[in-house]
Amino acid sequence: MIFPILSLIMLAPVIGAVIILLIPKDRNDAIKTVAAASAMVSMLLSLLVVLAYNRTLGGFQFAEKASWIPSLGVSYYVAVDGFSAPLLLLNGIVLFCAVLVTWNLTDRAREFFAFLLMLAAGVFGAFMSLDLFLFLIFYELVLFPVYVLVAGWGSGPREYAAMKLTIYLFLGSLASILGLLVIYYASGRSFSFDDMQRGMAALKDTVEIQRLWFLPVFIGFGVLASIWPLHNWSPDGYASAPTAVSMLHGGVLKATGAYAALRFGVQIMPEGAKYWLPLIAILCLGNVIYAGAIAFRNKDLKYIIGFASVAHLGLVLLGICALNVYGFNGAGIELFAGGVMTGLMFSLVGIIYERSHERDFSKLNGLIKVMPVAGVGFMIGSLTAMGMPGFSGFPAEMQIFMGLWAAAQTNSLMFPGQLNWWLAIVAIVSVLTILITATWTLRIGRQMFFSDPVTPEWQALPKLTGIEKVAIILPCVVCIGVGILPNSVMAIIETGVQAMMKSIGG
Amino acid sequence: MTLTQFNPLELLAVLPEFALAIWALVILLADVMTGGIKRRTLGLLTAIGMLGVLVISFLTMPAAGQVTPTVLGDMLRNDLYTFVFRAIFIIAGALTALLAADFKIARAGGEFYALLILATMSMSFMAASVDIIMLYLATEAASISLYLLAGFMRDTPRSAEAGMKYFVFGAVASTVMLFGLSLIYGASGGMTSYPPLSIIFQQQSPSTIALVSQYPDMFTLGSFGLLLVMVGFMFKTSAVPFHFWSPDVYEGAPTPVSGFLSTASKAAGFAVMMRFIYYAFPPGLSPVSNIWVVMMQPIAILTMFLGNLLAVTQTNIKRMLAYSSIAQAGYMLMGATAFGWAQDRADALASIIFYVGTYMICNIAAFAVVGAVTNRIGSENIKDFAGLSRRSPYLALSMVACMLSLTGAPPLIGFIGKLFVFRAAMNANLIMLMIVGIVNVLISVYYYLGVTRAMYSDKGTDAPPVTVGGSTAWVVGLSAIVLVLLTVVATPFWNLALEAARSFLS
Repeated sequence: MIFPILSLIMLAPVIGAVIILLIPKDRNDAIKTVAAASAMVSMLLSLLVVLAYNRTLGGFQFAEKASWIPSLGVSYYVAVDGFSAPLLLLNGIVLFCAVLVTWNLTDRAREFFAFLLMLAAGVFGAFMSLDLFLFLIFYELVLFPVYVLVAGWGSGPREYAAMKLTIYLFLGSLASILGLLVIYYASGRSFSFDDMQRGMAALKDTVEIQRLWFLPVFIGFGVLASIWPLHNWSPDGYASAPTAVSMLHGGVLKATGAYAALRFGVQIMPEGAKYWLPLIAILCLGNVIYAGAIAFRNKDLKYIIGFASVAHLGLVLLGICALNVYGFNGAGIELFAGGVMTGLMFSLVGIIYERSHERDFSKLNGLIKVMPVAGVGFMIGSLTAMGMPGFSGFPAEMQIFMGLWAAAQTNSLMFPGQLNWWLAIVAIVSVLTILITATWTLRIGRQMFFSDPVTPEWQALPKLTGIEKVAIILPCVVCIGVGILPNSVMAIIETGVQAMMKSIGG
Repeated sequence: MTLTQFNPLELLAVLPEFALAIWALVILLADVMTGGIKRRTLGLLTAIGMLGVLVISFLTMPAAGQVTPTVLGDMLRNDLYTFVFRAIFIIAGALTALLAADFKIARAGGEFYALLILATMSMSFMAASVDIIMLYLATEAASISLYLLAGFMRDTPRSAEAGMKYFVFGAVASTVMLFGLSLIYGASGGMTSYPPLSIIFQQQSPSTIALVSQYPDMFTLGSFGLLLVMVGFMFKTSAVPFHFWSPDVYEGAPTPVSGFLSTASKAAGFAVMMRFIYYAFPPGLSPVSNIWVVMMQPIAILTMFLGNLLAVTQTNIKRMLAYSSIAQAGYMLMGATAFGWAQDRADALASIIFYVGTYMICNIAAFAVVGAVTNRIGSENIKDFAGLSRRSPYLALSMVACMLSLTGAPPLIGFIGKLFVFRAAMNANLIMLMIVGIVNVLISVYYYLGVTRAMYSDKGTDAPPVTVGGSTAWVVGLSAIVLVLLTVVATPFWNLALEAARSFLS
């Protein structure tokens, strides 16, 4: 395809950011309109990519390749496969909603939206780059706007949270970069994904190298996917971050971590993956159960959603650890469905907090009369999170558990002569997450929205604006749409997963 | 060669330097003849003239890929290496002149700009010199101009102190260097030009064998001489343990001059050092050369660590930038270490040239912002940068770009620069050095982000915006754009650096 659609998706927010910076700072409406317009362009174009992706052909499509720094083996190489195309759409949706939710911002709106769009551009770029160098540039490009956004526009102990988040993610990315640099040198000094994969497979002592270097790469990217016990930056960060940043970070940016772990960890080093992943699955249990339990116990709304996003990423990582078609399919759908869900939840919490300045949910009551749309949105988000059939979470969680169960019957490479029997236990225990999630979401939902309106001041809160309703309804439609027609997303993810399975030979 | 063989065409090689000298006189005359025209106009005139010289330099640019002869009695070599460094000095000088035009320097008339141009001229002689007499003359001429510039604000005690300190330390360092040069002169039996020096200190050459039988101590004497000369170079490049002058001098000197000192003067130090150590003592060919090859690594490590660790503790922004520039010299020394050990010397040298060039832009822009802000708020405390993002958003944004680029964060140009240097170390099998470098980058994240944190998160007072003069705004804006865009088009510049390195080695 000659039309550079992928580059346009990534450049639209960049161009938006540049235009915003040129607008006089008191013209807030113009600033927000440009931000929303560029987010919309990206969203529609990524929808177009998902629709136009040729499922029968499969593989990487819409490829654009140009030499960039030949002396380093770096090229501008972007393309999407069935796995990454829906993630572009996810980012488009969440970005658009995030801009809408922040419509009331007046404090330095120009810089805020410029940084937010740069952040989104980095995420778009990360999902589409097939050149490792390019990927790392986008990946790091994301970290610094996040720092400024949290430290500059957050609430509570925002400087502490911003610094903690940045240091965690920076150290994590450093571990990955170190591992990947070794792979780069070992596999023939090219940063292109195809070359690295091929070069790695052709190495003489490839199994040893892969087993040695897979761990730093996977765990390093896993930090961004808030893998337990390195998840600690995430609840703190999200509790302090402005709503739009929590949405993008919790919904999409974490997905970048999981995606990178899969693309550059598992796919380049399948031998290392087969060796380590069954063991890493036990760590992910910490995400699903431990973080879920904290969400259950906590009273601070923002912390709860923060821990919920940790749990949600735990499911994704469990799917990846299963290393089979079911698991990957489930991970793919969970990334998409869970991302939209997390974005929705953060936006709801943000909207409620902005009006009531109350983060303790037990003090809120009877909000359904004031903001019915938010109440319904919260219930839809809850049902998606707990994996209720008919919502987009169901096909995801279902397949992840099936994948884990199937993986329990494979031979362990780490302990020769044994099966990965513990994965069956992991599968059984992690099913508990449905129960945990159901308990806390229903409890909060009941208390906040459906309890008796005791506090009069909550009843006097301003109603939702039309723009906020759009930001809530859009992700709800996606959650239900994907739930009723899971094949709409699953079919495209499957084409990507099939190619992945072929390449890792399992 | 004797003067009877003088070929007037050889003067073409120093045409840009002649042009600079003439322009310095023009500026002086313009100041006197017009009865003191405006300071701003003089600054603009200086910058325009220097850019004109850059054009002349382009016109007389030696062709790539051919051996350039030494000219003017084996004193100078106008190869691509000289050309690239001259371009760096001239751009730095022109930017400094533009900044000085806005900066309140007491009684800064024509002599300030004339001295600036003369310093630039001497620096390009430093890069070109291939003879120890020329080396010393050029270095001294540059230093004397810089002493005067550093102490130019005679009414301000701190500036006067800076000038005095710089002069005293500088004079000692240059005396030590002169002593070293005279030892080398004596040990070699009266050689001043680099190429014959390299032959005389080679163990196997017949003339050396004859000389050694006469003076058995010539290698020891030469080694001692080289060690003392290195002291001079380390002073110029502010490498540990001869770095101590720079925080005091940068703090006291007029801010544009600090920017010039930390970039052009440091670059000149590297230019002259690389030329001297490689041409006169090529690694591996003489026992004397081992001195510099071996000492480079510990110096690089110490310089990086000391610069970064002390920068963390600074509260004064100019001192912080001073220690940061010491640390940056450490990264350049890392390239120099790689140059000593590497198989592919062109690549290692090119990485230094590229790094110096990119660092020059970031650091001058950073000092420009600091100058504009401190001029206005009358404080150099990092804490007093609080709320700059509200007072002057563009200035704050540009400062963020500079800080991130100095850190080496993608996608800014500093990242590419660091990457090439680290790769050079890796290619030279200096794995330990590379890891030390990475650790140092991590340390530096803290204090570079600290400036960002101050500007964005601390609620500033509702002070009026920081207004900047027109030329400062141009310098800062253009540099910020270059920092971003240069990453995209890095390849031609890298190729130029590589060609320069090749012409240096040929």
